[in-house]
Amino acid sequence: MKILVCISHVPDTTSKINFSDNDTKFDTNGVQFVINPNDEFGLTRAMWFKEKQGASVAVINVGGAETEPTLRKALAIGADEAIRVNTTATDGFSVAKQLANVINTGGYDLVIAGRESIDYNGGMVPGMIAGLINANFVNNCIGLEVDGTSVKATREIDGGKETVATSLPLVIGGQKGLVEESDLRIPNMRGIMMARKKPLNVVEPIDVNAETTSVSFLKPTPKGAVTLVSSDNLDELVSLLHNEAKVI
Amino acid sequence: MSVLVYTESEQGAFKKAAFEVASYAKAVANQLGTTVTAVAINANDTTSLGNYGVDKVLNITNTQLGNFNANAYASAIKQAAEKEDVKVVIVSSSADSKYLAPLLAIGLNAGYASNVVEIPSNTSPFTVKRTAFTNKAFENTQINTDVKIVGVSNNAFGLVENTSSATTEDFDPSIPELGVTVESVDKASDKVTIADAEIVVSAGRGLKGPENWGMVEELADVLGAATACSKPVSDLGWRPHSEHVGQTGKPVASNLYIAIGISGAIQHLAGINASKVKVVINTDPEAPFFKAADYGVVGDAFQVVPELIEKLKAFKAQQ
Repeated sequence: MKILVCISHVPDTTSKINFSDNDTKFDTNGVQFVINPNDEFGLTRAMWFKEKQGASVAVINVGGAETEPTLRKALAIGADEAIRVNTTATDGFSVAKQLANVINTGGYDLVIAGRESIDYNGGMVPGMIAGLINANFVNNCIGLEVDGTSVKATREIDGGKETVATSLPLVIGGQKGLVEESDLRIPNMRGIMMARKKPLNVVEPIDVNAETTSVSFLKPTPKGAVTLVSSDNLDELVSLLHNEAKVI
Repeated sequence: MSVLVYTESEQGAFKKAAFEVASYAKAVANQLGTTVTAVAINANDTTSLGNYGVDKVLNITNTQLGNFNANAYASAIKQAAEKEDVKVVIVSSSADSKYLAPLLAIGLNAGYASNVVEIPSNTSPFTVKRTAFTNKAFENTQINTDVKIVGVSNNAFGLVENTSSATTEDFDPSIPELGVTVESVDKASDKVTIADAEIVVSAGRGLKGPENWGMVEELADVLGAATACSKPVSDLGWRPHSEHVGQTGKPVASNLYIAIGISGAIQHLAGINASKVKVVINTDPEAPFFKAADYGVVGDAFQVVPELIEKLKAFKAQQ
């Protein structure tokens, strides 16, 4: 089985978010970048398929050279090779088009992407890839077993979960649950050394027009101070929620 | 040229989110000077959509669509969009709608903006405000394509009543190969889901163990709320993953979010920041959650929560 894991290069979850150029660009100053957490759960599941079922695992990212350390980290975790599509990621659609182009020529059986990136939260790349390459698609995937070309997957739904049967070729929108938090791997020294020797292929982009354009950003208005209610006067809390906040 | 809205139902009854997206669609239709057409799939009674400004319902009844299937549902909505020659399609932010929207976008060659929190600030160029960076910021996004898909964030717009006399027309789209078939569904049908809830009651490690969740569930029951939990709690296996809210869990955009024994890590706050009113109950007055909350109680959850339940029961009895 040939697996491709799509890796988004995103600010670490603890990052403070700021904007530059008149609030039109994300300010990367002082920001540490990581593998998108939803992608990392998928990558770790892919490692399981590699070790137990002999799958090959490639990772891919659409981005400039500055995203290569994130791909190297994925190689250090255990992916066999990396691909970087050499263009700035603009909107979800153009990223999906670039990825679909590589997938079509690479003959992958299983494409694993995170259900969304934690920066732009578009939540559209995995589904768009599936639509573009005409593959089956399971979103919010929290469990995945492959036997030959048959697949059993579990999908998180609002208020529960659902088990589905499908088949390869398949695109997954993955998230926590594909593996547990405790299964995530921190690259060891050997992995890091080996990652330096693994292939990182840079491929040139195809021409795509973005369907959406990011115009500007703004931050939420700062909150006022908290209203503290004494723990022996909870009637006041009920009254505030009813009369002031009007939420009960 | 009307605005098309996908109004989701469950076991024949419309979800609250269906009325919210219908309300939103009506506001967009007003901006564009047009009408609202809804697509309903296996809904029992479509007349209620007329309370929220829907002018026409394309009513699909098909046993092949008995279980949700993203491919088939997206295809049905695409056929409705083409039949009506629509330029704007509105969907919700439910798990199902977020699943089908990217497929629909490819099918319609439409640009898609998810997590939209307001009506378009401009219809030409078509510009919407959406959350980004997991609620740490907003992004103004322009959709450049001829056909546009807007995914409305839960509870962002609310329900707006607009009485219209919705006409219903049976619609029979062709169904593509499903590709994915449902084998089993594991869902508590009597519980409010986090996505649908107006109020969410959430608890963290401060509760010390899964055996102490009874009072959280009781508080949720009294308020008609959904229950949720912090990441450590789901990692420890005290509560199911589906309850984990935060940056890597589910986003929450409720009207009221009550956090019990949750310190307020930045990743948690990001995930729940879209909630309108936040209440924190925590023993530690220095917990970061107090900086993010509107109302706070410094106190022991094991004392405060049972008492709050009693006060709320008394309040509800009075109403």
